[in-house]
Amino acid sequence: MDYSQFLVMKQEIGLLVVFLLVFFYDLFMPQGSRKSLPGFTACCMTVLTVLGFFACACCPFFLGSSQEVSAFGGMYETSPVISAIKNILNIGAVIVLIQSVKWANNQNMHMRRGEFYMLLLVTLFGMYLMISARHFLLFVIGLECASLPLAAMVALDKQRYESQEAAVKYILTAVFSSAVFMMGLSFVYGLTGSLYFHKIYMAIAGPNSTLLIVALAFVMAGVGFKLSLVPFHLWTADVYQGAPTSVTSYLSVISKGATAFAFLVIFFQAFGCVYHQVWEWMLYALIILTITLGNLFALRQRDMKRFLAFSSVSQAGYIMLGIIGNNTMGVAALMYYILVYIFSNLAAFGVIGAIENATGKVSMDDYRGLSKTNPRLAFAMMLAMFSLAGIPPFAGFFSKFFIFTSAINAGTTAIYVLVLIALINTIISLYYYLLVVKAMYISPDECPVQHFKSSCSERLALGLTVAGIMFIGLVSPIYNWLLNLTSDAPGLLTWFVQ
Amino acid sequence: MFSNILIYFVIIPLVMLAGLALCRNVKQIRSVAVVGSLCLIGLSVWLLCDYLSLRAAGIDAPMLYTGSWMWFEPLNIHLAVGVDGISIAMLLLSSIIVFAGSFASWKIEEPKAFFLWLILLSTGVFGFFISIDLFTMFMFYEVALIPMYLLIGVWGSGNKNYSAMKLTLMLMGGSAFLMLGLIGIYYHSAPEGGQLTWNILEIAQNASISEGWQYFLFPMTFVGFGVLGAMFPFHTWSPDGHASAPTAVSMLHAGVLMKLGGYGCFRVAIYLMPFAANELAWIFLTLTGISVVYGAFSACVQTDLKYINAYSSVSHCGMVLFAILMFNTTAMSGAIMQMLSHGLMTALFFALIGMIYGRTHTRDIRQMGGLLKIMPYLGVCYVIAGMASLGLPGLSGFVAEMTIFVGSFKAGMHDLLNGAGALRIAFTVAACCAIVITAVYILRVVGKLLQGPVYDEHHLTLTDATWWERLSTVTLIVCVAAIGCFPNFFIKLIETTFSPEIFKVIGLNL
Repeated sequence: MDYSQFLVMKQEIGLLVVFLLVFFYDLFMPQGSRKSLPGFTACCMTVLTVLGFFACACCPFFLGSSQEVSAFGGMYETSPVISAIKNILNIGAVIVLIQSVKWANNQNMHMRRGEFYMLLLVTLFGMYLMISARHFLLFVIGLECASLPLAAMVALDKQRYESQEAAVKYILTAVFSSAVFMMGLSFVYGLTGSLYFHKIYMAIAGPNSTLLIVALAFVMAGVGFKLSLVPFHLWTADVYQGAPTSVTSYLSVISKGATAFAFLVIFFQAFGCVYHQVWEWMLYALIILTITLGNLFALRQRDMKRFLAFSSVSQAGYIMLGIIGNNTMGVAALMYYILVYIFSNLAAFGVIGAIENATGKVSMDDYRGLSKTNPRLAFAMMLAMFSLAGIPPFAGFFSKFFIFTSAINAGTTAIYVLVLIALINTIISLYYYLLVVKAMYISPDECPVQHFKSSCSERLALGLTVAGIMFIGLVSPIYNWLLNLTSDAPGLLTWFVQ
Repeated sequence: MFSNILIYFVIIPLVMLAGLALCRNVKQIRSVAVVGSLCLIGLSVWLLCDYLSLRAAGIDAPMLYTGSWMWFEPLNIHLAVGVDGISIAMLLLSSIIVFAGSFASWKIEEPKAFFLWLILLSTGVFGFFISIDLFTMFMFYEVALIPMYLLIGVWGSGNKNYSAMKLTLMLMGGSAFLMLGLIGIYYHSAPEGGQLTWNILEIAQNASISEGWQYFLFPMTFVGFGVLGAMFPFHTWSPDGHASAPTAVSMLHAGVLMKLGGYGCFRVAIYLMPFAANELAWIFLTLTGISVVYGAFSACVQTDLKYINAYSSVSHCGMVLFAILMFNTTAMSGAIMQMLSHGLMTALFFALIGMIYGRTHTRDIRQMGGLLKIMPYLGVCYVIAGMASLGLPGLSGFVAEMTIFVGSFKAGMHDLLNGAGALRIAFTVAACCAIVITAVYILRVVGKLLQGPVYDEHHLTLTDATWWERLSTVTLIVCVAAIGCFPNFFIKLIETTFSPEIFKVIGLNL
């Protein structure tokens, strides 16, 4: 075997190095200096992110790849686009790491903080594999690697009953969805005799059978569980509510972003040639259901974490719009949406986490009068809500506009109807996002959250996310870079169905 | 980029925002607001003079001062600016109302946050009027909408939570349709294989939106903007929203924001899709005709001063959309005149209502009376505003409505023999009747509110207008009278816009 093939996996190796550094730091450092483990991890991840970005720009010396290469007989593939999505996930991970510092150092957690960071890095590694896999075996390894440690992370607040309950729910649904997924895979294998994406693509090009439809339904359901698309979303609210806030924020953005991209990859690369025949209409139905029902459920939520859980369900539907466009513009819009969504949602979770750490309150009613007592937190929350709702000049507006534009590029009547439904849903979502703004700025405050000073790390994370919300949209080179990246990728063009 | 004068209409408000953020006390906030809005007025007056001299020199490009800077290159999105006579009229109107609005909110609570939102709103308004790129236009449009929620929710009165939410959701609902329409226009903006564009002028020149697509995209954009123009049946946000909003916000909203609707309908829906506009005009003529009559009747039975004026706005703004659907130079000039006239007049109304409400703490006309004796200045101003509204010659309302009716009658007579012309005549007659109803509700209010015995003796101790209130109202009255006395100047300004080239694009029975 040619071991130099491992060098293709530069980003994975980089992440592994970070993991080992953190592991040894936690193991061998004296008890006193372990307190700075969160900061250490965040620094390492920042370095990794920066190195990854430079590679994308020009210099092949750094991590990431400047061209499309595959390794292990086509099992693993990386390209500038794939490096870029990994970097985007890295950015999100860095922000989550910074946000979690205070929580990780508190009384109940400090014995387990090493586990949190290592599990987080392992799941990120799994997501890398999901994105880069071009063989379903590797994909499943990545999927499990990204799911099972998350269950442990959800259970980290083990004194809290909800945390345990959420962990059990999560592990059961994760295992069940993996089982469903692999059931689908076994059908696919039976039909095609291979688990390589490109071989499957070639083998199913002929007349489609009922078995293929069943197989794809299973596969889609399996990935849909991870993405919490309706009707596979039932675990979302309970898990988001029960998990520690830092874990919830990680789950809602990084895990979702990675799975959305993986969804794109496997469906176009493995099953692209039956797009129109088999899975286009499945995706239509899933998108409409996800956006609409996610929104309708979010309307009545009073717990902020449950509320954001349903909001993230509907956001997943919007992300899927990037896939249905069936073009490279859609890939760019999807990546851009994930990037913006990371910043917006993490700003919201940053505020929720800060308030929860200081006072333990998570209900929307507790946010009344927040603008009087903690104007900066309220302002950050408002920006996050506006960005999630797609109000200009914040980043969310641009990401929504571009994802709709890319979807409409398909040009069929059905797509216009779909986008219209999605647009009408943005109004429903605006209503519930405004409810939060209303609670903070307008509602009378009998007993508001007292003024408190948030920690340095929380302020840093919020500052980063707010800056992102304000400028990612207005600074056009970011989107232009992504769009040029995807439209220059020769491999990517072959994905799409004519 | 900074050599283009138009860009300063966005830069000045942004500088004001930065200045406001640094302010430490009320005095500084007021001075920033006043100085900034004076700069805007100065800029728009200078632009007006320069524009007229350029036109006089014989330059007949459809838009002047055009500039275009690439923003999102792969999608060909530019930050493109350019103005014609209509935009300049609107810029002038906006800057005057921002100026008057700053004085009207002299004593507002939490002035810093209030002015920040107010100026953000006007940034959106100015940006909208200077944009000729559909994307940036839409972005500024939404920037102008969202501050309304907080302005009404925090500083409003009455049932403010409900009104703020209703207004925001309805207007954003309109913009959802609009967004789909605009993206649709983009994908049909160039002939097969050509470079797609968001630039209004290029799209109009390409004229490549097929007739079938126009049938779909025209209603999307017209309804999208029409919601903001308070077109029946999408007008219901307007009375509640205006009634709950604080004074300056009502002024800006009725005075300027509702004009965004009419302007957008003209600039995007009709200008880019003339074929469908002509074919589908009968639907929207019916709807706007209903707006005009229904708004006037509704105003007759209201007892809350702000509701009266809000329904009157529905009626008057309906007239704007009604007139631009006539596809006739005279009627269209009248529509723009009506936008100016209604903007100034209704801002004056809302300013006065705010001032009266600030003293009497009620807006119910049944609980007030004889105010003319107690506060003669405000009373006289109210009468002047009322006279402008019901179309007294010498004030702005007369000029605008007269032009509209002459134009729309002419448009109807032009093709009387087919159904479209007869419909136009019928609605023109109905709209003319609405003027009479306007007189009914205006005179009813003047009679109950200002004349007769003093209803409540507590009112006897009230004071008349303060200097800042006088300044705010005088500014508006002077402008209303100026339009009424020198209509030719404004008509000329507007008619420079309807140069033959634009008619060619619209290509209709002119």
